[in-house]
Amino acid sequence: MESEGLHLNISYVGSCGTVLSAEQSAALQTSLVILQNNYKFNRVFFWGKISGIKGDYFIAQGCGNDEMVERKTLYSLDCVTWGLLPLATQAIRDQCSVVKGRFIGDPSHEYEHIEIQKLGEGEDATEEENTIMIKEEDRLAAVIAKIDEEVAVVPRGAYVRTPHGLVLKNRSFEGLSVTESGKLHNYFHFREPVRLNEKTLLEKADLDKSIDFLDPIHEDIPRGGSWSLDFVRGGGLVTIRSLLWPGMNFYHVPQSRKFGYIYIGTGEQNKDLPFML
Amino acid sequence: MMEEPQNNEGTPKTGNSKPQTPTGTAVATPPNMAVNLTPTEEALVNAKAYLLKASNKSNLNLYDHLSRILTKVLDERPENVVDLFEDISKNVKKSKFTSTSDTILDKVDKTAEVELGETQKILFERDQEEAEHDGGEDEVETPLPNLPELMYHFEQAGVGVSREEMMRIYLALKQLVDNYPLQSCRFWGKLFGTEKNYIVAEVEYREGEEEEEEEEEEHETEEPDTEKDDEEGEGEEQEEDILPKPDFKPPPVIPREENRTGTNKKTFFVCNEPGQPWVKLPAITPLQISVARQIKKFFTGRLDQQIISYPPFNGTEANYLRAQISRVSAGTQISPLGFYQFDEEEEEEEEDGNRDSFIESPDFEGIPVKDLVDPSMANWVHHVQHILPQGRCSWFNPVQQQEEDFEDEEDEEEREEPDEPEPEVGPPLLTPLSEDVEIENIPPWSARLTSSLVPQYAIAVIQSNLWPGAYAFGTDKKFENVYIGWGHKYSPDNYSPPPPPPVQEEFPSGPEITEAEDPTPEEEAALRAAQQEAMEAAEEMEDEEEEDGEDD
Repeated sequence: MESEGLHLNISYVGSCGTVLSAEQSAALQTSLVILQNNYKFNRVFFWGKISGIKGDYFIAQGCGNDEMVERKTLYSLDCVTWGLLPLATQAIRDQCSVVKGRFIGDPSHEYEHIEIQKLGEGEDATEEENTIMIKEEDRLAAVIAKIDEEVAVVPRGAYVRTPHGLVLKNRSFEGLSVTESGKLHNYFHFREPVRLNEKTLLEKADLDKSIDFLDPIHEDIPRGGSWSLDFVRGGGLVTIRSLLWPGMNFYHVPQSRKFGYIYIGTGEQNKDLPFML
Repeated sequence: MMEEPQNNEGTPKTGNSKPQTPTGTAVATPPNMAVNLTPTEEALVNAKAYLLKASNKSNLNLYDHLSRILTKVLDERPENVVDLFEDISKNVKKSKFTSTSDTILDKVDKTAEVELGETQKILFERDQEEAEHDGGEDEVETPLPNLPELMYHFEQAGVGVSREEMMRIYLALKQLVDNYPLQSCRFWGKLFGTEKNYIVAEVEYREGEEEEEEEEEEHETEEPDTEKDDEEGEGEEQEEDILPKPDFKPPPVIPREENRTGTNKKTFFVCNEPGQPWVKLPAITPLQISVARQIKKFFTGRLDQQIISYPPFNGTEANYLRAQISRVSAGTQISPLGFYQFDEEEEEEEEDGNRDSFIESPDFEGIPVKDLVDPSMANWVHHVQHILPQGRCSWFNPVQQQEEDFEDEEDEEEREEPDEPEPEVGPPLLTPLSEDVEIENIPPWSARLTSSLVPQYAIAVIQSNLWPGAYAFGTDKKFENVYIGWGHKYSPDNYSPPPPPPVQEEFPSGPEITEAEDPTPEEEAALRAAQQEAMEAAEEMEDEEEEDGEDD
């Protein structure tokens, strides 16, 4: 969610159990402004909180001209001093996918992972144990990238892609109507489209090229079970919670430009989802 | 002047080479008018005529549209108008289509928002009687907690729901206290569902009141049951050929704990939104708890939803919700050491060590916050009984019951003496948290201060890692527990459903059920030959007999 007016935005997701203490929200409002200035971001987003056993990570994201690609992620343990997270490359993400369990809350903590490699073939095969040390900072970067990729949500029409390929905020976006906001196909994954490229020409015929350049979330697998859409104040506020990443809350006030998402959770994917529906 | 009409026409290629095309194609200018005009004026007239041409689709023309936009721009004078131009144009077009007056009857359907507002309005209405007594008499002691204060403490820890919602919950609790004879009432927490959420209140009835209420309920429900039994009895009489009954005896059903004891010590009320009527959850049975431990399902928000799972869950979502609430309570309801103590009078009566009641200690001095966040967690104790694997808090001997059942059966002698099962024992009440088991190297509890900047006035917050969403705060003499989450236990490994029971063993194969081998053709031939011989011998015998008879 946007850091501008954070105290208002955070109250939209209050029904999901997401609250910031007065001290935290005051500290964030101060430090995020400085952050925006120092890193020369166009806009700064308060991304959320990943709670660890000993401490919590507060995450902020800043973006440049292109809202989708030019994003940098920063973390802080005390809401005041911010550190830039390493870029989650595919190698880091593969490496960190083996770590399970909760975050500790110490960026320099190292997880030990023993990888068993098989050498040779047939009878000569010998097993060799490789110990890999994985830094929590890397894991944090990998998890945030994964959450962004899988469950970051924006309403349809909130962003446009210019002919140059730049993704910009749509100035004339006026919010979804109440009936439209109750339908999952009006919300998009905020990532480079994956499924859109697999669609046939016939399916793509009716799409608006500048608006429908993202994947709608209703196609997620398991269908009908990945998201929980809820009208909070009757029809005055829509919240969408991801069941795959519990803690990811998206809100949108119908017929207004207010929308955003925040993740407050343990940073663990819900692998049991198929059994729980 | 020549350039403008060309640009407006929108066909620059042809426009540049043939400036006169608009005249020919777009509008045919009346010849008598064109006579007195200079070529420049003529072009202007042509251009204007072209701009005034109405669209086939929308019946608008560009000339009017542009003049409207320019009027709007000049009236409103927005900043950076050139960037907004498309938006303004779009808005002007849009406003053109919406009719200001409607000929259809002006009846607006109530939106869901209005309906919700109306249900919640009741919460904010003051009781007439109360208003009359206002300030007159001393305030009657009420079981209603000071929720805003408690939630203020939780908010410092970054736990809870938004303040407006909390106020509504508070008023809804007040409604609950007014409508039911309650001894104590507490906001237990909030559980998320895929469609709606649950707000849970934990209450205790005043002595004897709950029984009365339940009896009434039972009378209502009993009647259809007896009818059903009668029908079944008749059916059996009509059937002449009774089906064989299996000799499988289901394991004895472990009876549920009485109200006010063990898992049914507290009663729970739930509602989806504050202001909606509170629904009382049914009492929990041990079977439901033990099945709930083996399954992991999302709540939907509808209490009558069927739970489709393996192993099958006996009941609806209301029962599952109740089971999860019991499990969360047993695992996460904590209080500072010394706040509660065992009642000494009762202690003498019950000497089996399984004490289940406690009272607030009168001389509790409060524990310094610094000690409350001590990582050993020795200063916090559980004040809800541990639930045994059986699904009860106090162990029940299933064999005992079996014996009673068998007493009137005749085959008592044949019955094998079942082994006396080992009683299940859990940690006693008011056990410190330091005794809790780790979850695969993760400590079960995390404790921290709410503020690092002003530690003098900070409060201690305890967070359960086993039940994510369960929190407790402690400061001076106050403490409170709350649960805001999905109602699932944490496990670093993923859930795997229990395997189906092993396949039943085959019947032991013996000669009586073994299939005999088919005879070979040789054997058949031999048998046939033997039969033939026997026949012939018999015939001969008959012949002889006949001959003998003839002889007689």
